[in-house]
Amino acid sequence: MNPTPGKINDSFSDFNSEDAPQQQKQKKKKSSTQLPQPGTTQGSCAFDSAMITLVPITDAAHVVHGPSGCAASIWGSYSSLSSGSMLYKIRFSSDIDENDIIFGGAKKLYKGILELARRYKPAAVFVYSTCITALIGDDIEGVCKNATEKTGIPTIPVHCPGFIGNQNLGNRVAGEAMLEHVIGTAEPNTSTPDDINLIGEHNIAGAIWNVLPLLEKLGIRVLAKITGDAIYKEVCYAHRAKLNVLLSSKALINMAKSMEKKYGIPYIEESIYGIESINQCLRNIAAKLDNPDLQERTEKLIVEETAAIDEKLSLYITRLQGKRMILSIGSFKSWLIIFAAKKLGIEVIAISTKNNTEEDKIRLKSLLGQDGIILEQNSSEEILQIINENQADMLIADKRHQDASLTARIAFLDINQERNHPYAGYIGILEVARELYAAFYNPVWEQVCQLAPWEVGVEEAGNSQQEEI
Amino acid sequence: MAIISVTSTSVAVNPLKQSQTVGAVLAFMGLKGIMPLLHGSQGCTALTKKVLVQHFRQTIPLSSTAMTEVATILGGEERVEQAILTLVQRSKPEIIGLCSTGLVETRGDDMGRFVKEIRHRRPELDYLPIVLVSTPDFKGTLQDGFAGAVESIIREIPQKGSKQDPCPTQITILASSAFTPGDVQEIKEIVTSFGLVPIVVPDLSGVLDGYIEDSSSAITANGTTLAQLRSIGSSVFTLALGDSMRGGAQILEQRFNIPYEVFGELTGLTAVDKFLQALADISGVSVPDKYRRQRRQLQHVMLENHFYFGCKRVSLALEPDLLWSTVSFLRSLGVEIHSAVTTTRFPLLEKLPIKSVTIGDLEDFEQLAVGSDLLITNSHGVAIAQRLKIPLYRQGIPIFDQLDHGQFTKVGYRGTMQLLFDIGNLFLEQETKVKH
Repeated sequence: MNPTPGKINDSFSDFNSEDAPQQQKQKKKKSSTQLPQPGTTQGSCAFDSAMITLVPITDAAHVVHGPSGCAASIWGSYSSLSSGSMLYKIRFSSDIDENDIIFGGAKKLYKGILELARRYKPAAVFVYSTCITALIGDDIEGVCKNATEKTGIPTIPVHCPGFIGNQNLGNRVAGEAMLEHVIGTAEPNTSTPDDINLIGEHNIAGAIWNVLPLLEKLGIRVLAKITGDAIYKEVCYAHRAKLNVLLSSKALINMAKSMEKKYGIPYIEESIYGIESINQCLRNIAAKLDNPDLQERTEKLIVEETAAIDEKLSLYITRLQGKRMILSIGSFKSWLIIFAAKKLGIEVIAISTKNNTEEDKIRLKSLLGQDGIILEQNSSEEILQIINENQADMLIADKRHQDASLTARIAFLDINQERNHPYAGYIGILEVARELYAAFYNPVWEQVCQLAPWEVGVEEAGNSQQEEI
Repeated sequence: MAIISVTSTSVAVNPLKQSQTVGAVLAFMGLKGIMPLLHGSQGCTALTKKVLVQHFRQTIPLSSTAMTEVATILGGEERVEQAILTLVQRSKPEIIGLCSTGLVETRGDDMGRFVKEIRHRRPELDYLPIVLVSTPDFKGTLQDGFAGAVESIIREIPQKGSKQDPCPTQITILASSAFTPGDVQEIKEIVTSFGLVPIVVPDLSGVLDGYIEDSSSAITANGTTLAQLRSIGSSVFTLALGDSMRGGAQILEQRFNIPYEVFGELTGLTAVDKFLQALADISGVSVPDKYRRQRRQLQHVMLENHFYFGCKRVSLALEPDLLWSTVSFLRSLGVEIHSAVTTTRFPLLEKLPIKSVTIGDLEDFEQLAVGSDLLITNSHGVAIAQRLKIPLYRQGIPIFDQLDHGQFTKVGYRGTMQLLFDIGNLFLEQETKVKH
């Protein structure tokens, strides 16, 4: 079996030792590093998330070294968009079979890389190990080294067998692979004092395209997008940026920390979901780049953009004001919805704080106000009860609670639909408003609440009978 | 007679085949009160679930033994036991469907022994059937996993009661992965109209309206019940739908001496005729008027619309059972099979009435399909269809960019008409495009 690369264990310790005063706080968030329990876990594995992180490098070939099932199952589930190469959409697999398990699959992998390099001419090749090939001990480091020498195309090993842990670990492994093999291997043609990297936004549904024009207007150059609509070359010269901006997720925070240590690039954690968030994100970037002129331009842009959005939102506000909603989503997206609700005059009556940190929970409670309800179990039964007791008009949750809304016959929005709708940036809130409006005012609700004409008769008869008794 | 060729590339590009686990879990979904459990890393479960959720657009109950690095070194027996106990406590399943994965099969976990020893240690689980099926990702495909699960179910659950009298109207139907929930619904309707009482294994028609309250503690709400499964020994006949169900039917023949017949396809006039005649023979009831009428309708539709099909060239990339059924249907309308790609070796492939079949991936399909008039494969074929500028008709698993696949029906006279219209419309659209 391949040992788990030592660095990953190191990065665990890094995570705590670097922030000694914060250690207490980190401990509370430690659920991410807890070992999964049999019969209870729902999450995905390191392999899956390592691929989510790296596949948005669009001009690279991504090879799964393992059974083709691993490659087939993850195919088509992420709508990370590309403005150029479509190579990343192709799924390569060494298609390990029983024979390879007995005799080793390294040779097949090597031949496979040479073959796809010849046929597809990728900018780089990423090789992902899986449970099986890690277990039989295939030396993918060696194969990648040989393949790089033979083809001249950088070939990068990613040690991500699913059994090493959960998604967070996979993100880190992907970050380590980039740090070790990609970042710092090339130099950009030019450099400006306002060069930044955007980290951790995979351009799902084109989210990043809602933000890039804003940065461009401000004269900020995005050197590398790690990763989302990225090309291999730009990741190579990411070490020349002046600032790392971590977007919407902590997935690659270790990478940002390492880059700070190694290349002296400071990082900030920002969100691009919701108007307040994007305002703050732009302000913080300008402040961190320490450019007074840029800060001034940023304020001007914020005023312009918010005014433009306010005008477009007015129609939605008149239709949505005063509605009551329940929110059961355990991620950063809840902030987006809360801010959107505020803007639109929608009242959030209950919220789930699952997966949120203590700090977030306090903030959520304060936003909800006195009458706000915190969902304790986050089960469908609990949600149903709250809907009935509070005359809620809408439920926003992930798909597994859809049935609760159908039972209660109230409008429902599957928040994970963000895979198809870009909610990011200023324009993002319009998208949210449009979806809320579409959900509230859909005539199907009225129809599905109606009894069939023959059922109406039966029910009345039944009632009158009861009355007689 | 088809020549089977296997492509000799070292790298699979755009794999067509899905893991066996996907098939096994799909089969388990058709049993009521089941909780499928994968023995492997949690990713195996999440990814298997992802494919099925994409396809059916609804919650799929599925659990994992969540193998960690340490457990992978030391062995997973404890984790299997712990998972079963946790599930029993939390979700109260009536059956547990236990699947292996590539990880634990490579490790060499002897799961048969695990289950035996867990049973020995935990007599309180005696009431709970645990159906074990071997589903490593590194061999076989969705169809094999599905068939393997069905075989395990009928080897494990039906009882050999000595006093059991055969029930003259009860028949067992084994429906392969080539049939959608809508298909199973239609088959049940047809069979019931002959006065027969079908026990369908697995009964996916329940998956359509499966109401699942909470995925963390959910079990299937519909499907074949445990009581039905136990009474299979009293059936008088087994209808194996899809050649991959032959093995299952043979098990029932060996265990209970129940005769069987295999129907490779239930689409197309001749195929449905044969099926209805078989039902009439088993039940002694003549074919109901409803189907006589539908048959005349279908004949009419075939006569009226065959112009659009004659000599059209179609390329298919499907699992063996579905490939067989679709090829038979298309050939019955005069369509030429331009190329055919499938996932795995299968006895029936040689008998396909076409020149050659390739066992390969979607890259092979893309190369072979050049010059055809229509492509038939799953949703992963969309990009290929765009590149080749050939229309795509979606069949197989997963289909995630179309809404009706769960209810879609291609069997019986009515289903045949539906398929004929769907494909015929695509041809017609192409023809009118040229005219404009």
